[in-house]
Amino acid sequence: VIELEARPAPSLRMSVLSPLVALLITVAVAALLFVSLGKDPVRGLSVFLVEPFHGTRALTELGLKSTPLILISLGLALCYRSNIWNIGAEGQYLLGAIAGGWLALSVTEAGIALPPWVFFPAAVVAGALGGALWAAVVAFLRDRFHASEILVSLMLVYVANLLLSYLVFGPWKDPNGFNFPQTVNFSPSTELPRLLHGMRLHAGFLAALATAGGMWIFLFHMHRGIQLQVGGPAPAAARYAGFSSRSALWTTLLVSGALAGVAGSFEVCGPMGQLTPYVASGYGFTAIIVAFVGRLHPLGCVLASVLLSMFLIGGELAQSRVGLPSALSGVFQGVLLFSLLACDTLILFRPRWRRAA
Amino acid sequence: VNELASLVAATLSAGTPLAIAGLGLLVNERAGILNLGAEGIMLVSALAGFAATYHSGNDWVGFLAGAGAGALVAACFGWLVIWLNTNQYATGLAVSLFGGGFSAFVGVNYVGRKLSERSDFSIPLLRDLPFFGRALFREHPLVYLVVGTALAIAWFLYRTRAGLVLRAIGEAPESAHALGYPVRRIRLLAVVVGGALCGVAGAYFSVVYAPLWVEGMVAGRGWIALALTVFATWRPARVLLGAYLFGGVTMLQLHLQGMGVNIANQLMSMLPYLATVVVLVAISRNPAWIRLNMPASLGKPFFPNL
Repeated sequence: VIELEARPAPSLRMSVLSPLVALLITVAVAALLFVSLGKDPVRGLSVFLVEPFHGTRALTELGLKSTPLILISLGLALCYRSNIWNIGAEGQYLLGAIAGGWLALSVTEAGIALPPWVFFPAAVVAGALGGALWAAVVAFLRDRFHASEILVSLMLVYVANLLLSYLVFGPWKDPNGFNFPQTVNFSPSTELPRLLHGMRLHAGFLAALATAGGMWIFLFHMHRGIQLQVGGPAPAAARYAGFSSRSALWTTLLVSGALAGVAGSFEVCGPMGQLTPYVASGYGFTAIIVAFVGRLHPLGCVLASVLLSMFLIGGELAQSRVGLPSALSGVFQGVLLFSLLACDTLILFRPRWRRAA
Repeated sequence: VNELASLVAATLSAGTPLAIAGLGLLVNERAGILNLGAEGIMLVSALAGFAATYHSGNDWVGFLAGAGAGALVAACFGWLVIWLNTNQYATGLAVSLFGGGFSAFVGVNYVGRKLSERSDFSIPLLRDLPFFGRALFREHPLVYLVVGTALAIAWFLYRTRAGLVLRAIGEAPESAHALGYPVRRIRLLAVVVGGALCGVAGAYFSVVYAPLWVEGMVAGRGWIALALTVFATWRPARVLLGAYLFGGVTMLQLHLQGMGVNIANQLMSMLPYLATVVVLVAISRNPAWIRLNMPASLGKPFFPNL
């Protein structure tokens, strides 16, 4: 029988290896799935693993998809390190999208031409406020009434979704839009500055990378960041040191809400250019996987965001190239997280053969 | 009066799947395992139930398939959290994300399919009573079975030795282990039973309640069922009560929309989710009370060989 034996100290090597092993398992499962569906596995895998990296356009699209994932997963990593289980980032992302959309709509309707370096920071602030507001509800209910942040943040995802569809089906609907649930197209002066001519990749990508750098400094080189993380694994030690768990709750939720909100605002003002129900893309949920695959580390979050964007783009391509539904990428995301969690056992334990007694 | 009777009937019908899933999760949690994967399990089994009913033409085959699918997914979850000691929150989330993706992927071909002729159920004689006949006695048999299930689970938990062992494992797994009970196997059994019940609930959505398959059709009710166990302070009868309360809110909201109340339907549809938040807040306000009722080892890993 194989038994698990606790390691004297967590294995750093396994914690780096585990995502790689999980990725290998996912690829193996994917190959098996393609074979069992009667598709050429080499062709199928290349759609997921090669094509997203092929050419400048593909690479910029990869960066575009990574942008919201990086932003959201950084915030979630902060939360999970402090043992705050915010799983409603999708809702905070949507509120940021609504706030950013409101700003862009107002600018469009006022008909003023803004230089991009004015609108860009304004879009960041609007998104951050929207997302932080939604997260503040969770923090308040948890702080004041001890309501589980898991369930409250998740319920608010559904509420945010309904709020978005209320707005685009109702007051914000484009009167000349043939009754489609969408707002008018935003004016060009609300576009985010693009990084390459003719590509959709926008300055938000750089902002996301900068945020990752900032988060790294905050988590590992600032007293406040270290304070927050003590409360996760060792709440008693944190109390003894006088670190307030309430302030950790508020800080982590507000920061992660704001980051998710910025991601939403970028998505609406960047690639979408209008508010539609399609803003609700599940980035907030995918980012949970990103945060775990990235080991709750800022650099890891960036790498894992690229990996998961690869899966998302692969899923879209799978539909047109191999004729498989795009929900395929959801299956792979789930398998990836499962195998990661299983492999993570080896960080704290080592397997030992033992004769059955 | 007819309006009210059909509201009561609809409430029972809407509350039933929440009650079944809530009871399943209650069994899980009494053994100390928190299964955040309920939503994913219900989605997978909603699809399994729909597919089975579609091909066999029989509701009960669908429920059986739903229960089987739910038990299978829950067993994977249980193996991970009980034997590999993975984090219960993260693993449950993984189940929910996987279930959503997997059911959407496999279910593509079932979108837009219709189930064969639905037969109406009703209880002879009682169905002809004024008001009550319409309100209470024309439901799917599962609506009545769930009441029996709640009673059975209450009896099991509080009146049998096995139920006592289950509760002991949820409160103090170390002590139960020291007494010689196979803690991990019993926990796995509880998780599988809970998953099967969630599975029946999922199948009820796609076979009886909707009846059709759309991706993501459970629409957060797995999470509401999780909130129900807190609301019920882990008592079976209160799960039933809570489920009907939520069913009532959902149906009242639909009825008001139907009566042409002038509020956008998206805003009205927020009601069940907001009600869940309000109820959670009301019930969690007193942390001491929750701590008194919550299984003490809920969500905490247990290592037998340490």
